[in-house]
Amino acid sequence: MNKIPSALNLGIRRGSLEIKQFARQRESVVFTLLFPVILLAIFGSVFKDTIAPGVTFSQYFVAGMIASGLVNTGFQSLAITIPMERDVGGLKRLRGTPMPASSYFIGKAILIAVSMIIQIALLFGFGLLFFGVEMPTEASKWITFAWLVLLGSACSTALGIAFSIVPKSGRGASAVVSPIVIILQFFSGVFFVFTQLPSWMQQFAAIFPLKWLTQGMRSVFLPDSFAAQEVAKSWENGKTFIILSIWLVLGTLFAVRKFKWDRD
Amino acid sequence: MSVIEVKGLKKSYGQVHAVRGVDLSIAQGEIFALLGPNGAGKTTTVEILEGFRSRDAGEVSILGFDPKTQGHAAREWRNRIGIVLQSAADAGDLTVIETVQHFSGYYSNPRNVDEVLAAVGLEEKSGALIRNLSGGQRRRLDVALGIIGSPELLFLDEPTTGFDPEARRAFWALIQQLRGTGTTILLTTHYLDEAEALADRVAVINNGLIIEVSSPAELGGRATSQALVSWRDGNQIKTQATDNPTSVVTQLTAQFDGEIPELTVTRPSLEDIYLTMIGGTHE
Repeated sequence: MNKIPSALNLGIRRGSLEIKQFARQRESVVFTLLFPVILLAIFGSVFKDTIAPGVTFSQYFVAGMIASGLVNTGFQSLAITIPMERDVGGLKRLRGTPMPASSYFIGKAILIAVSMIIQIALLFGFGLLFFGVEMPTEASKWITFAWLVLLGSACSTALGIAFSIVPKSGRGASAVVSPIVIILQFFSGVFFVFTQLPSWMQQFAAIFPLKWLTQGMRSVFLPDSFAAQEVAKSWENGKTFIILSIWLVLGTLFAVRKFKWDRD
Repeated sequence: MSVIEVKGLKKSYGQVHAVRGVDLSIAQGEIFALLGPNGAGKTTTVEILEGFRSRDAGEVSILGFDPKTQGHAAREWRNRIGIVLQSAADAGDLTVIETVQHFSGYYSNPRNVDEVLAAVGLEEKSGALIRNLSGGQRRRLDVALGIIGSPELLFLDEPTTGFDPEARRAFWALIQQLRGTGTTILLTTHYLDEAEALADRVAVINNGLIIEVSSPAELGGRATSQALVSWRDGNQIKTQATDNPTSVVTQLTAQFDGEIPELTVTRPSLEDIYLTMIGGTHE
């Protein structure tokens, strides 16, 4: 008798299957991957001003776009597609096999990470070519960028899986999830300069990961002189790391304990 | 040795007592059919055995495991069973072979993918996208995914609902092949001819209780029940219930001096018996 494949091994297999399925839905591939670029094109064309010496709105906006891309791609898409998978009986069928829940979650995390990397590459490409976005030159900024993307992607995946138990059906999922994401984007300084928002909005946003991801991304894409204009007069990257980690742990615990495989 | 052993199984949803004390014992290699009308407790019972639902009371042992088992032991257990659910319409963007191949990776000793596709009659569709399959082909894919792990025990939940008669016959042949491999099968169905064609034993469940367990031929005293002889006498159809249909026919032959007009000799069908059984317990 051979041994049952390990959870990690099956997670990687799930990941490649998820990518294959995603890649075959052409409309959603184009829309998902290019969405941040489209937004950058719109906002970059409308707001031509500089918000500080040497900082264009496009530059500011790239930071927000990558942060909110992490939320759209992980949290929003999973909280909508998992209830749909549940509706058609796909999750219940998986539940009846020896594949453990952790493998299913790993598969989703791989899909989200890969999708994110492609989105970022496209955003960088278009940003450099058409909107004069400048890339950081210091290695330390790229290290910050790498952990922000990894931690942000993992956190967003875990919270998306956890939130997938809220919508009762796949059909209603989008109506429940999308407004939450849009409100968080406005409150977290994705579309507007964060410091220009009312302070109650800032304080509300500070509970959730998106504000911290956006701020962290600003520390990568804006000159360090801009840190003085943040609410706390600094980038607060240490705090960002801690808050994202807490959300990751909470999301994972909740997802593992409460995940719903079946409609009822 | 029994593969499925259930004693005193109970489950309620609020005030509704869905399962009120079910006992079952199913031996290795048996094809066992669970028959019952909608709402009888069939699905609840089976889903408890499959580990999808919790129970309120009773003992359940499936291949020596309690379906409540969690963690690695649950994986060991699921590695040995196959489940074909009522409907799954996911993974439309994958091909048949990709899906079966992927699922085969979940098990320690999967069957050969091509062999399984051939067994369910999907070898010509192996490259087709799942969303382009017909209902019957999808169902056969469901079965392929249920048997890919070479299960010792297979659960089949209303496997031929929505099939045309030809597809049903083909499906029955497939299940009979599995019998040859020693797989134990628990089948739920509301088609009586399906239970009759496939099952070694049948349990009738109604109002959360098993009313009877026996072979399809003997269910409800069918084998020993009275035969009905009917014939035309002038303008009238006459019917006589009898334990000795041959002697009735002999008498009639003498009476009509040869051919008896419109003669039929019938015994109650499984359906007649079944309807009497579930009707009798409704009140």
